[in-house]
Amino acid sequence: MKKVYLDNNATTAIAPEVIDAMTPFFRELWGNPSSMHAFGGQVRRHVENARRQVADLLGADQSEIIFTSCGTESDNMAIRGTMEAAAGRLNFITTRVEHPAVLEPARMLKDRGYNVIELDVDSSGQIDLGQLERALGYGPALVSVMWANNETGVMFPIGKIAEMVKAAGGIMHTDAVQAVGKLPIDLRANKVDLLSLSGHKLHAPKGIGALYVRKGTRVAPLLLGGHQEGGKRGGTENVPYIVGLGKACELAGKNISEEMTRVAAMRDRLQKGILKKCPDVRVNGDQAHRLPNTLNISFLYIEGESILYHLSDLGIAASSGSACTSGSLEPSHVIRAMGVPFIAAHGSTRFSLSRYNTDADIDYVLKSLPPVIEKLRSISPFGRT
Amino acid sequence: MWEYTDKVLDHFRNPRNVGVIDKPDGIGEVGSMACGDALKLTFKLDARKRISDVKFQTFGCASAIASSSALTEIIKGKTLEEAEQVTNQDIADYLGGLPEQKMHCSVMGREALEVAIHNYRTGDTSKKILEGKVVCHCFGVTEEEITRVVRDNRLTTVEQVTNFCKAGGACGKCHKDIADIIAKVRGEIRESAPVEVQPPHKLTTLQKIKLIEETLDKEVRPALRKDGGDIELIDVSGNQVIVALRGMCANCQVARFTLKDVVEAKLREFVSPDIMVEEDKP
Repeated sequence: MKKVYLDNNATTAIAPEVIDAMTPFFRELWGNPSSMHAFGGQVRRHVENARRQVADLLGADQSEIIFTSCGTESDNMAIRGTMEAAAGRLNFITTRVEHPAVLEPARMLKDRGYNVIELDVDSSGQIDLGQLERALGYGPALVSVMWANNETGVMFPIGKIAEMVKAAGGIMHTDAVQAVGKLPIDLRANKVDLLSLSGHKLHAPKGIGALYVRKGTRVAPLLLGGHQEGGKRGGTENVPYIVGLGKACELAGKNISEEMTRVAAMRDRLQKGILKKCPDVRVNGDQAHRLPNTLNISFLYIEGESILYHLSDLGIAASSGSACTSGSLEPSHVIRAMGVPFIAAHGSTRFSLSRYNTDADIDYVLKSLPPVIEKLRSISPFGRT
Repeated sequence: MWEYTDKVLDHFRNPRNVGVIDKPDGIGEVGSMACGDALKLTFKLDARKRISDVKFQTFGCASAIASSSALTEIIKGKTLEEAEQVTNQDIADYLGGLPEQKMHCSVMGREALEVAIHNYRTGDTSKKILEGKVVCHCFGVTEEEITRVVRDNRLTTVEQVTNFCKAGGACGKCHKDIADIIAKVRGEIRESAPVEVQPPHKLTTLQKIKLIEETLDKEVRPALRKDGGDIELIDVSGNQVIVALRGMCANCQVARFTLKDVVEAKLREFVSPDIMVEEDKP
């Protein structure tokens, strides 16, 4: 059976070049980079090389990159570390559509008595910069706004937001887990102070991430107990994965124009095809500001989990914001924050592509999907009678 | 992915008895678009008053479709009196079991059947028989329904009730009411059991600290939070309780004055009558 993987915002295939780059660090180069002997010493430069590869992709200096275990750790460190270093002098501002790795720390801060403001989004998933301006008026703040949303692919105007935050004397963090590798990012050209990224969203393995910390930004460490990462994150370096992340960033830099063109064209063809073949659908999120690889589309009158199971039977992997797939009873917080009506929210389905997809994949989905939608609608008590 | 049995997946992939019966003898519609699942059940009786034909339409996840399909297979050929005996557990058992978070799918099946039979007997076409007061307003679940799932399935926690009938699954405002219903039902079940009498005892230091934390949490924090403040327990030494004000309260003179009176009164009421409260001095 043909297999088509369209869930790249959840995780990505590990690039073969990344696996090749990592392998020697399991077999031969297993030394501790901090050691005063050749076993370890020769490994250090590979860690620093990876740091440079990550920095290059972001337009950063390599001294500004801290390796972490995942995007969630990066977000936690950025938020909790900054708030702690500021010793209670900052408010915290974020949006209602962030990843739980940002929303949960926000709720913890709120419980501890901090002023926490969650910005609303409109029906296209965009925030209102006027509301941000007012929130910044309450005093200096750490602001955390994602570069691009994982569910809808909607991109926020991070450059503009960072300008506003800095002008108000605040600190700017962005969860760029979904953006890095899909969009060109140049931190020399904008004012972001802190940026989170995750390896497994850009064809490195799970278990490695990084936090960019602009020079001069104060962040207290989460993990104490080691001098590693300049004292910002204790723990012996996860060398093979760090090397893998470095390689993945180098590859992402080379492939970014392909993401912006070929991947975007496949996504657009998928969207057009579905709109043409399936009645009663709606595309969720601001299509003018959207990741090149993401399509979030609601099939009215039917429910997302059923769609995913049928697609899975056909070898197609996608994702849904429906209640049933999340294990909770309410549809995704992102879809609800956008005010998508229930009639469409439960059937929201996300297709997220990567450079490993082909035109044949899209053809296969466009052939296989409409009968699934038709079948589920024939079972549904709602819709056209 | 969920741990669905092969039988669930079979009924999901190849649902039996899909559709709507023309001129049915009974019709039952439950659930709604907002709830994320809905089921329309229609049946026809033969001359011997047995269910000769039954059809369903379902909006919902794989287990909702499978539960509906299973229900139709179970009740076909039964009299209404026999069909009435079918519980949600029978539906789940027929499918070889359902994940606990999906038990509400089987409950939806049982409810649709109940409504359809009610419709046959009374002609009432209401989408849902609302008896008693609505406890969960998010999903429109009544006290009656919660009482029934708690009793039928011997549930003991609010979380289980949510898994079985969705009540309490959204805003959470009704959690206390659900807990009360559980206590009530379990009280009925346990009525004949002897009541254990607990001898009064002195609090250990650990119990005392826990009780102080609990009291601060329930009785003091909510009021402070409203003004963006908070209170932290710093130390407990004998009857002396040391606390610190945080957030907006930290710089507030009024808060400082009320600290002793209010916090001390609450702790004396809920923990021990001889407690003295002091503010932590940096």
